[in-house]
Amino acid sequence: MDLRKLKTLIDLVAESGISEIEVTEGEDKVRIVKNSAVPAAPMHVYSQPMPMHAMQPPPAAAPAAATPPAPPPAPEPASGTYVKSPMVGTFYRSPSPGASPFIEVGQTVKPGDTLCIIEAMKLLNEIEAEVAGTVKECLAENGQAVEYGQPLFLIG
Amino acid sequence: MFGKILIANRGEIALRIQRACRELGVRTVVVHSQADTDAKYVKLADESVCIGPAPSRDSYLNIPAIISAAEVTDAEAIHPGYGFLSENADFAERVEKSGFVFIGPRPESIRLMGDKVSAKKAMIATGVPTVPGSEGALPDEPREIVKIARAVGYPVIIKAAGGGGGRGMRVVHTEAALVNAVNMTRQEAQTAFGNSTVYMEKFLENPRHIEIQVLADQHKNAFWLGERDCSMQRRHQKIIEEAPAPGIMRRLVERIGDRCADACRKIGYRGAGTFEFLFEDGEFYFIEMNTRVQVEHPVTEMVTGIDIVQQQIRVAAGEKLPFRQKDILCRGAAIECRINAEDPYKFTPSPGRITGWHPPGGPGVRVDSHVYTGYFVPPHYDSMIGKLICYGDTRAQAMARMRIALSEMVVEGIQTNIPLHRDLMLDEKFIQGGTSIHYLENRLAARQASQG
Repeated sequence: MDLRKLKTLIDLVAESGISEIEVTEGEDKVRIVKNSAVPAAPMHVYSQPMPMHAMQPPPAAAPAAATPPAPPPAPEPASGTYVKSPMVGTFYRSPSPGASPFIEVGQTVKPGDTLCIIEAMKLLNEIEAEVAGTVKECLAENGQAVEYGQPLFLIG
Repeated sequence: MFGKILIANRGEIALRIQRACRELGVRTVVVHSQADTDAKYVKLADESVCIGPAPSRDSYLNIPAIISAAEVTDAEAIHPGYGFLSENADFAERVEKSGFVFIGPRPESIRLMGDKVSAKKAMIATGVPTVPGSEGALPDEPREIVKIARAVGYPVIIKAAGGGGGRGMRVVHTEAALVNAVNMTRQEAQTAFGNSTVYMEKFLENPRHIEIQVLADQHKNAFWLGERDCSMQRRHQKIIEEAPAPGIMRRLVERIGDRCADACRKIGYRGAGTFEFLFEDGEFYFIEMNTRVQVEHPVTEMVTGIDIVQQQIRVAAGEKLPFRQKDILCRGAAIECRINAEDPYKFTPSPGRITGWHPPGGPGVRVDSHVYTGYFVPPHYDSMIGKLICYGDTRAQAMARMRIALSEMVVEGIQTNIPLHRDLMLDEKFIQGGTSIHYLENRLAARQASQG
């Protein structure tokens, strides 16, 4: 597999909602995993032209002076806002099993639109959009356990 | 034994519980606020779940978030630590109703001991001596209150039934001040605890704070694990604790210990607990019971060799306590210094980044702390960053080791109360032993007066 093809694959993964892709071509096999894990280090550089979610941020962005210890769970990209989970629970994309998802990537939403459900303590909580825009990415999987502050969608 | 335990706390006790779980082969889920994402025990946990922003109300006191975290991680039991929800009977009940084991007593026991009036009544019924005072809650009628105070004898102390741990109390020296004091305490209690019920006790002028550690299992066994002297306090916060209590005749302690174990059996207590007493003129007077593991549990662990947190977990898992009362021996002496992130004499909190953490070591030295070099002590929680415990064959040896350990200990980047501990380890009266609960405050006031 040549480097150009590899780069195309990497860009594909970076720009889409795919978190993992494995491609076999003859004897070549490549697996690309997008690290959607929340970076723990505080981010100090925000004005970057490239979408932040595609890059692995530096693990130790050492602050010059003592900084508050609560970093945003994901860096705010120049091109949208992250919808973060307001609670601990299980993330569901559809109102019920087998039903179609509330929203798909590419769809436009306005404030108040239901984006997903988070189930906590046997209660289903509808999570609504607070901004208008296009759903650029879905960052959690259906049925996945999510924690407070975990990014669920990118709306831009 | 459980496969997975959720630790619903933070700081040094979260690490302590995690260590006990790991030794038992139990996987740990640690819940944490956003301010504690970089905590040592979060990094060491098998799983961690962020349950909310920094404020305790939205995280460590957030019952739905904690139970939800247990659900999504399939935890089997929840250990509440100390403080936070550990003595919240509603939490214990909801944990159990949600299908998890609450590592602690039954909700009824928590409720019984949480209300200081009902706790006192229960103790009187089981034969544990209490501080003389009003029989139960104070009535509203001022003339009745005055009558009770005359019978008890001044000075008296008014206490909130929903309080405890030094909160919601007021001392009254004269009859003229009595009714006003009761009304003020009621008002404060209503605001702080949602319960305006108050009771009255005789105010002991120079007592020591002596407490008895107990452990009870679900097979009707209950034992007492010796006593602790926690008289070195400031504003009802313990600063130094030790085991055993110096200068108290063993048979007096044995007698009160047996009463406490007996009381546990009578009320169907389960797990670890502590009966707190004021000790004056050779008499023990019950003030309250703490239905959880306590900060100062290590000194008891050092002198008895019993791992209290591990036994809490075993009891919750249905195991029988593996000893009899006569197997529990108190050997040697242990002292604990609470290390707080604060100005050693002004007591102003000192959160911030620890740029250098160098703990002591050597024989008989135990450090229970979750902090590390580079760790940011968050401003949102209490200031305790660790505990330094020293053990010796004698109290003198424990103190000598503590002096050496304190001299080796370095914390840079924030202020700590280590200088205060160094001074106290050289204090003549403390070396003698047996100082009262007012000693430290008097000493601090004298120091301030001589400097100001």
